[in-house]
Amino acid sequence: MTATTEDIVGRGARDGGELFRNWYDGLTTAAAKNEKAAYVFVMGSLAEIVRTFDLHCVFPEINSLQTAVRHCSDEYLSLAEDHGFSPDVCGYVKADYALQLRGGEHPMGRIPPPSIAVQTNACNTYLKWSEIWERMYDIPVVTVDVPGSRSAPGTAVLSGESVERDRQYVLYQIKELISHLETLTGKKFDVDRLREVLRLTNRMGRAWRRVLELNRARPAVFDAMMEGTIYLGVANALRGTEEGAVYFENLVEEMEYKAEHSISPLVDHDKEHRLVFVGVPCYPIFRRFYQLFSEWGGVFVSSTYTWFASGGLNLDFEYDLENPVESLAEGVMLSVQRAGDSMLFHDKYLLDGIDEFGADGVVYHPIKSCRTVSTSLADSRRVVLAERDVLCLYIESDMMDKRVVSEAQLKNRIDAFFEGLESRRIRKATAGTAAAPGAEQSATTP
Amino acid sequence: MSDAQRLPASDDFVRLMDLPFEGGLNEVLHECREILEDTDFPTVKKWREQGGKVMGHFQVYFPEELAHAAGILPVKIRGAPVDREIADSRFGSYMCSILRSSLEIAMTGRLEMDMFVTHPICDGARNLAGIWSRNRPEPAQILYLPQNPNSAFASTWLTQEYRRVLADLEAISGQVATDADLRASTEIFNKNRALLREVYQIKRETPWLLPIHEAYVLVALGGLVQREEHNELLEWVLPRIRERDARQQDKMRVVFEGGFCEQPPLDLLRAIAEFCYVVDDDLLIGLRWLLSDVPLEGDPVNSLAVAYLDDSSYSPVQHDLRKPKEKMLLARIRGAGAEAAIVSAAKMCEPGLDELVAYSQALDEAGTAYFVTEFEERMSSFDHLQIQLETFVENLLFN
Repeated sequence: MTATTEDIVGRGARDGGELFRNWYDGLTTAAAKNEKAAYVFVMGSLAEIVRTFDLHCVFPEINSLQTAVRHCSDEYLSLAEDHGFSPDVCGYVKADYALQLRGGEHPMGRIPPPSIAVQTNACNTYLKWSEIWERMYDIPVVTVDVPGSRSAPGTAVLSGESVERDRQYVLYQIKELISHLETLTGKKFDVDRLREVLRLTNRMGRAWRRVLELNRARPAVFDAMMEGTIYLGVANALRGTEEGAVYFENLVEEMEYKAEHSISPLVDHDKEHRLVFVGVPCYPIFRRFYQLFSEWGGVFVSSTYTWFASGGLNLDFEYDLENPVESLAEGVMLSVQRAGDSMLFHDKYLLDGIDEFGADGVVYHPIKSCRTVSTSLADSRRVVLAERDVLCLYIESDMMDKRVVSEAQLKNRIDAFFEGLESRRIRKATAGTAAAPGAEQSATTP
Repeated sequence: MSDAQRLPASDDFVRLMDLPFEGGLNEVLHECREILEDTDFPTVKKWREQGGKVMGHFQVYFPEELAHAAGILPVKIRGAPVDREIADSRFGSYMCSILRSSLEIAMTGRLEMDMFVTHPICDGARNLAGIWSRNRPEPAQILYLPQNPNSAFASTWLTQEYRRVLADLEAISGQVATDADLRASTEIFNKNRALLREVYQIKRETPWLLPIHEAYVLVALGGLVQREEHNELLEWVLPRIRERDARQQDKMRVVFEGGFCEQPPLDLLRAIAEFCYVVDDDLLIGLRWLLSDVPLEGDPVNSLAVAYLDDSSYSPVQHDLRKPKEKMLLARIRGAGAEAAIVSAAKMCEPGLDELVAYSQALDEAGTAYFVTEFEERMSSFDHLQIQLETFVENLLFN
C-alpha cells in the first residue's frame, strides 16, 4: 500500500464521521445558547433557505435514526408509547417525541427545540409530525406543498401548462416561507446569500451524482446501503455549506481512485454479487445487517435510499444562480417529485438501475415504520421479476424498532437468497462452458 | 304521508336502487342496508350495464360534481369486508385493510370502473396509484388536494388542478362539462349536502329516532348512486324518520371519531348504538366535507376549490393550521351536546393512530370522558368491545 492509498481509501467514512460529530456538537452548543433552530426534513429540506437566515438546521429523521444506530431507540420508543403512541406508527416520530420530552437529550449531544418547522408533503407523516411540535411549542409550521407526479411514468404526461402552474405554486409558497423566516429572525432576506448557498449545493450535487455513477465500476467502489447512508447523512446535514461541498469533492477523488485501482468494499471482490437495495436500512442492527450480505460477497451497488433521501441531489439539475428563488422552487418541485416517484412509482427506475449497475439481485426491505417507502414494494417485486432475470429478496423489519427485527429470520432468508445467487452463477458458468468449448478461462473470470 | 306513495318518475337520472317504498320506512332502510353491504356493488353494475362510465375515488374527499357534470358516476371507494384472495400479495404486512380490500374489489371484478383516483391522504394511499396502474387496466391517478391550504395561492392552484381532472373525466365520458352543467351538478350536490345536514340534525336533536348504523347506511349510499336518486331517497326517508314512534332512552350522548377513511363494520356501529346515542361523527366525512352551499355564481370550478379549502370540515389527513384536529373535535363534541367521545382508529392507520394521542391529551385537558378503540373493516366479533363500552358507560353514569 502506498501512502496515497492509505490517505484516500476510507477517507469518506472517516471524514464523514468527524463532520457528523462536529455538526452535532454545533447543535449541542446551539441548544446551550438558546439559538434558533429550524426543524426540516430530508425530502425537500429547504435547507438552502433556512441557511440563508443563519438558522440551525435540525433533521429529526437523522436524530431518530441515530438513536437506533446507537442502540438506544427502544428507550425513546417506549417513552413515546407510554404517552399513547401506537406500536404501529412511525418510529422516527416516536423517537423524536420522546427526545422532546427528554429536553433534547440525544446520544450525539443535545438537540435544540424548534423555533420553526419547515416541511414539504414528500411524506405525509411529516405533516402529522410537525403538528406535534406545533402543539408542544406553539411554533410556526410552514408547509411547502409540492404536487407530485399524478400517475405512473409512461401512463400519462402532465401538460407543460400543468408543470408550470405546479412551479408557480411552489414558488409562491417559498416566497411565503421567506416572509415567515424574515418575521422569525428579524432579518431581511439576502438573495446573494441564497445564491452562495445554492452554488455550494450545486457543487455538492455534482459530486454526489459522480459518486453514485462511479459505483457502476466492477468491482463496486462502495456499498450503497452501508457507506451510502453515511454519505447521505453528510449530504443532508451539510447541504449548502463549503465543508459539505469539499467533502463530496474529496469523496469523488476517493471513489475514482478506488475504481482505478479496483478497490472494493469486499475482502474478496471476485465473489461480488451486485445488488440493488430498495427501502430504508435496518438501523437497530445496522452493521450486522450489512454483514449478512457482505459475508456472502453481496455489495449494494445502488440504493433507492440514495435517491429519495438525498434531497434531489441525485437529479441532473443545478440551480440557476441568475434566478435563485425561482430556480430553488423548480429544484424543490423536481426533487420532491422524484423522491415521490422513487417510492411510489419506482419500478421503472429500478429496472433502469438494474441495467445501469449490472445488478444480479434486488433486496426489498419494507419496514413497519414507513408506509411511504414500503406500501408497494411487494407489488414492485412482481414487476421486476417479470421484466429482468434477477433474483429478488423481500425481507421485512424496521428502521427503529428492534422488537420487529429478528436477526435469525433475516439471516435464514438472506442465506437462502445468496445460495440462489451462487447457484445461478454456477449454472451460468457451466452453461457458458458447455456452449462454448474452450471458454473455461473466460467463464471463471466474472 | 303514505308509505305506499311511490316517488314520481324522473327522466333526469337513472335509478339504480329498487327500493320497496310500498313496504314503509323499515323495509326501505332494510333494503338500503342490503344494497350497501352487497360487496358486488349492484348499483354500479346496473349503471355500467346501461353504458354508464364509472370513476372510483378513494377516500376521503373528491369533488364529485366534476364527474357528475361530465356524465360519470362517481363511486366512493371505501374498501369492503371481503376475503382478500389477490390483493394481499400486492402489499406489505403493516398496511391497513382498506387499501387491500379496495384493490381486491377491483381485481376480482366486483367493482368495475373506467378511472381511479386516489389522494395523498396518507403514505399508504398515495401508493395506490402506482399499485393500481401495475394491476389494473383503467387509468389511475393522484389528485393532490392541497396540504397547504393556508397558502394564498392554494385556491388558484386547486382550481386549475380540478380543471385538469375534469378534462380527464371528459375524455373518459366523451361529454364536455360546460359551466352550466357544473352549476347544475353543484345545485344537486348542494341539495344533497343540505339533506345530509338534516340527517345529522336529527342525530343531534332526536338521536333515538335515528341510530348511528341507520344514519350511516343512509349517508353511505350517496357514494354508490347518482345524487339525484340519493336526494330522492333522503327526501322520502327523513320526514318518516321524524314521525317514528320511538321513545327516548337513558343513553349517553357521544361523538364517534375515527371513521374518516376505513369504515368500521355496521355491526360495530350497531353495538355502539346499544349503549350510546351517537350524536355526531366523522364517518364518511368526505361526503359531508363542504359545510354549506357552494355558490352557484362565478366560476363553478373555482367555487368548489374555495369551498374545499375555506368552508370545509376536518380530518386527520388534511393539514390546515386553521383546523387543529383536537380543537375541532372538542368543538364537535360541544356542538353536538355530547357527554363523551369514542375516539378510534382503523388498525394500521397511521394518521388515525397519531391523532389518537392528540385527541386523548386534549380530552384529558378538557375533562371530557372518552373511550379509545381500534377497529378493522373485516372484524366480526364485538363482544369484547361491547363489554368495555358498557363498563365505560356505566362508570360514567354511576360515578
